[in-house]
Formats: sequence, structure tokens, C-alpha cells
Amino acid sequence: MIVADRKKVPEIRDMIKPHRRVLLVGCGTCVTVCLAGGEREVGILGSALRMSLRLEGHGEVVVDECTIERQCEDAFIDILAQRVGEYDAVCSLGCGAGVQALAERFPKTPVYPGLNTQFMGILESQGVWTEKCAGCGNCRLGEYAGICPITRCAKHLLNGPCGGSREGKCEVNAKIDCAWQLISDRAGALGILDRFDEITPPQDWSTGLDGGPRKVVREDQCIAGMGPKA
Amino acid sequence: MDDEPLILAFCCHYCAYAAADLAGSMRLQYPGNVRVLRLPCTGKLEVNYILAAFERGIDGVIVAGCLEGGCHFLEGNLRARRRVQRTRQLLAEIGLEPERLEMFNLSSADGPRFAEIVSTMVARIKKLGFSPLRPDPKRVEQGVQEMSRQADALCKAATLGRALAGENQ
Repeated sequence: MIVADRKKVPEIRDMIKPHRRVLLVGCGTCVTVCLAGGEREVGILGSALRMSLRLEGHGEVVVDECTIERQCEDAFIDILAQRVGEYDAVCSLGCGAGVQALAERFPKTPVYPGLNTQFMGILESQGVWTEKCAGCGNCRLGEYAGICPITRCAKHLLNGPCGGSREGKCEVNAKIDCAWQLISDRAGALGILDRFDEITPPQDWSTGLDGGPRKVVREDQCIAGMGPKA
Repeated sequence: MDDEPLILAFCCHYCAYAAADLAGSMRLQYPGNVRVLRLPCTGKLEVNYILAAFERGIDGVIVAGCLEGGCHFLEGNLRARRRVQRTRQLLAEIGLEPERLEMFNLSSADGPRFAEIVSTMVARIKKLGFSPLRPDPKRVEQGVQEMSRQADALCKAATLGRALAGENQ
């Protein structure tokens, strides 16, 4: 899932204070699960913003709240269409994709981010999320015993480990597990350590962030005349 | 009471609420600035309950749960402690003094301790002054009554839940 955390109240307050009526929009998907932008967090932030605005002398700003099922899909934004017209601005508690989906849908309404989108990751333990995928567009997990060196090695080494691996920890931060220690341990347990006798050639990064925003198109699923956009 | 601060006490049904009752039975004197709001357990306390109180202009909030290790639901009070800590950080971001919110632990036999907690908080809040969010004091009282009704409904729902789960059989 996409993991995010909330911006500080003063930062959000300063973004929205020039407006008279602001709608906080939560998202019921990833950011609800990572406790950053679901219905509960929207309620907490709404209350916090109203108080902060009053204390700063902007008590006239109306902050209302709502949460939709999913912000990154236009069909789910439909429910907001009528309501957004009543507001001068929207503050999204979705990930960056959600913020942009709202901005695209409501071209005349300023849309502000309430969260800092962090990474794609998993719930490691209650209240702890860790990054697992960099979305490089060319998944190599099969070659690395299911542990991603691009995301989890601080140096993104495809041929590791480096000399900074110390007792299973990374030299960059002693709290981080060395990804290459994890890879070699797991590859050893799976009996595929031989695979590392071969040097892996450089990654083709053209499938990653280079070359502008990426797009996935399933022609068989596209509706005639409705996409994909050029 | 218009010139006195108003404090809301979120009290656990199993300890602080009974302690407040005991303080009354013992005829103990403590400031009348506190409004008690019963929760089935402090573990039921949500961050936005506390924020709702401050938004309505309450000057201070007490969260009173069982002694650590003595929670009827094992660790509700420990969870409440962490939520209170997080809420205090949030209050600082908002621009309110975090000292307006405090968690205390006591048992149902601690009537005198309840009176002491209220006196301590009232003295602290008087030192800090009224909440800058305080509207007309009557509206603060109305807000407290509204929250009290909601909390009462929660307690009734919890009692019903336990009855349905067979706890009272």
C-alpha cells in the first residue's frame, strides 16, 4: 500500500487560510490503513485546523470534512462533484495521486495536500510501516530471493554487498538491516546462492522515473473513444 | 461559574468514575469546575473526543483511568496514555498549551485522590488562564452536555455489548 504521514497543522493551516470555505477530503484506501488520511484522521485534522485558525485570527474560515472510498479513481470522486462547488478550496488527505486526481477533476478549485506521501510499503508491526517497493517498472525480485535490493539497499546495489555491511546492519544507519545480508541468508536457505556467481548487468532505468510519467495501457479494457489519452 | 475555568474529566467506569462517586460519598470538598464524563474504559478514548472538548472551549481535560496493570480490559489505560501523549503533541501544533491535558491513574477506592487530581488540574488551569478558544461560558456547558449524552450512549452500548457477549450471565 501507499504509506503517508500528515503534514504539521501550521503548514496546512497556512495553505488554506486565504480561503473562506475549505473541504477536507479523506481517502478510504491506503492512507486509511496507514492511519494518515482516513475518516478518523480527517475528523482529527478538521478539529485541529479549526482551532488553529481561530487562534491565528482566521476563525471565519469554515473547515468541513468528508471521506470518500478512493481518491485515485474518478468514479469515486463523483460523489464529491456537487459538494465541492460549495467550497473555495479542497485539502486532500489522500496520497499524491489522490491530490492530483481531485485537482484534475475540479479545475477551478485549488487543491492542497494534507499529507506527505512517503513510499509503497507494508505494515511491519502495529504502528510501523516500512518501504518495500520503489516502483522501478522492472521487477527483479525473482533474482534476489524476494528481497528488493533497489528499495532496501541504501546504495541500490544489484551486485552486493558493499563493504559497509556490519553484522547484518547497514553502514548508512545501524538500525537498517543490510538488504544483501537478508538476500544472501534467504538465497542460502532456498539453495540458490549459486545465482550470485554471475554479475548482474546494470539495470534498465528507462522503465523507472526517467522519461516522464509512466502509463499502463490495457487496450482490451479501453472503451472506444474514451482513452487512452494521448 | 462564568469566571471559573471549566475542566472535563474523561473517567473510566471501573475506577475514576467510582472514585468520583466515593469522593462524593465521603463528603470530600474539591473545586466544582469539573464535569465528569464516563467512558466504558479509557481505551475507548479517541483523540478527537479530546479535541472536540477543546474545540468547544473547555479549559482543561483530565483523562482518568485505572492503575497501570489494573485495567478491566487489560491495556485500555496504557493505550489511552499513548493517545494522550500524541494529543498533547497535536495541541502544541495547534497552538494550545499541552499542559491543559493530563492523564492520571487511580483505583475505584481512591476518592481522596480524585479530589486531589481535580484540585491539581484546577490550580494548573487557573495559572494558564482561560482557553483562548473559550466562547460564551453557557455554550461551553452546552457543548459538555452534548458530549456527555454521546458518552452515556457509548457506555450503554458497551453494557449492552457485554450482556450480549454473556459477561453478565
